[in-house]
Amino acid sequence: MHPAVSIILFTVLSGAGFGLLALLGTGAAGWPTGWPALLAFALGYGLAGAGLVASTFHLGRPERSLRAFTQWRTSWLSREAVLAVACLVAFAPHAAASVFLDRPLPLLAAVAAALAVATVVSTAMIYAQMRTVPRWRHWTTPAVFLAAAAAGGTLLAGLRGPALALLALLALALLAHWRLGGGRLAATGTDLGTATGLGRLGRVRPLAPPHTGGNYVLREMVHVVGRRHARRLRALALVLAVAVPAALLAPGWGGAPLLGLAAAVHLAGMLAARWLFFAEAEHVAGLYYGRG
Amino acid sequence: MTALPARTEKSLGLVIDLDTCVGCQACVTSCKEWNSASGTHLPLADLDPYGASPRGSFLNRVHSFEVVPAAGPAVVVHFPRSCLHCADAPCVTVCPTGASWKRAEDGIVLVDEGACIGCGLCAWACPYGARELDGAAGVMKKCTLCVDRIGNPNLPAADRVPACVKACPTGARHFGDLADPASAVSRLVAEREGFALMPEQGTRPVNRYLPPRPRGPAGAAPLAPAAAAAPGGFLGWLDRALDRL
Repeated sequence: MHPAVSIILFTVLSGAGFGLLALLGTGAAGWPTGWPALLAFALGYGLAGAGLVASTFHLGRPERSLRAFTQWRTSWLSREAVLAVACLVAFAPHAAASVFLDRPLPLLAAVAAALAVATVVSTAMIYAQMRTVPRWRHWTTPAVFLAAAAAGGTLLAGLRGPALALLALLALALLAHWRLGGGRLAATGTDLGTATGLGRLGRVRPLAPPHTGGNYVLREMVHVVGRRHARRLRALALVLAVAVPAALLAPGWGGAPLLGLAAAVHLAGMLAARWLFFAEAEHVAGLYYGRG
Repeated sequence: MTALPARTEKSLGLVIDLDTCVGCQACVTSCKEWNSASGTHLPLADLDPYGASPRGSFLNRVHSFEVVPAAGPAVVVHFPRSCLHCADAPCVTVCPTGASWKRAEDGIVLVDEGACIGCGLCAWACPYGARELDGAAGVMKKCTLCVDRIGNPNLPAADRVPACVKACPTGARHFGDLADPASAVSRLVAEREGFALMPEQGTRPVNRYLPPRPRGPAGAAPLAPAAAAAPGGFLGWLDRALDRL
């Protein structure tokens, strides 16, 4: 699949933002008030909002994006849009009361936190529902998205102990996604034989493509660059998203700047991991072009 | 609404005969022409048509494959690929805006070009690569089974078929109601053992493909007997004279 920068930025930044908001809503990071609360909510809203804005950049007709809120009954993408906005709206009274009145609203915050978790789940389900991309249609997809949001959120909230545990969980989720993802396409039984229905007659081989120029399907569904560098990118993702932040946190010293650095390096690593998540994924339509 | 209809009155679709298709691309060009010029939909883009990297939207693409049977000669199969108007169309249910929909009366899967935001998720959900986001219009393009032809009272009755069916010079493309077992297309599918593409994807496509008919066993190369037999007359003399040289 084509790794669109806007979608990678959106899923990584929004994931961490909603992770942070979920933590703030459960009181896992205490109930900050005043300036610390302003900083924390600004970070959460900033990341979640920046991601949502970035997500509109890949649309063909972004001026119609409000229509995406209508089909929540069937569409995970629509559910994600509705839940994301509902979460941000639900947090507003709690955030305002915490910052300006020194009075957190734990009950409302808990509801908003649940919405934040649901948003991350629905983002993951957009990919996990795709039968056409067997590598994504697996429990490891929501596992990676949830672990990344939780690890990113705890890092941004500066919770050292939980962050270390969640970084380890993220590493496990990523390794499971990579390890189990490799055999997914083969396990579906879909190949050029079933794609053309000619497999019943014999061995099928592409002879001539329908066009010599590019087209949307090739650009969007058939991406081979990422697969060539998969091993190096996996190593890079693990080092940046997990190892370096963990090393920065482990000694237990250092203040906010070091925590900020750990979070920034983690997000950079997640960008690499998310790039690979798309670039490595095989779409069955690529089979018609002799490429899975 | 992007919920699929529980059932459709008809299941209009195509039956494509892979035995008679010669890969001439007439269906591709006639489709492009009708769907760009009819005015019903936004035209299909042609970007950089005379430049270094021409690209554009097509609703139908014809691949060529080689099939090597366990016994017998290899066969070249020309394979037109377009929307199969699936009963369980995943492209419809993933649509966040309701632009993608399946008509309850005839099962045609359509895109409301005025509501599409061009997010591309429906194209991801389609296993057949049948949807292309238009580079100029910014909305999703797909086969409409020529909705503006098949019921168009301004056209002569013989022309009320999809443009690709009308254009096919070998009669490899058939259009009709596949939900009606008595229809010509349904009978054709039954007779020729027509098949669906990627049934394991669970999309329940309407369109069917007819397999190439089995070829006879491979004999000797066609030129072999002529080359082996010693010619007589003038050619025989020439043959012997050239051998002696």
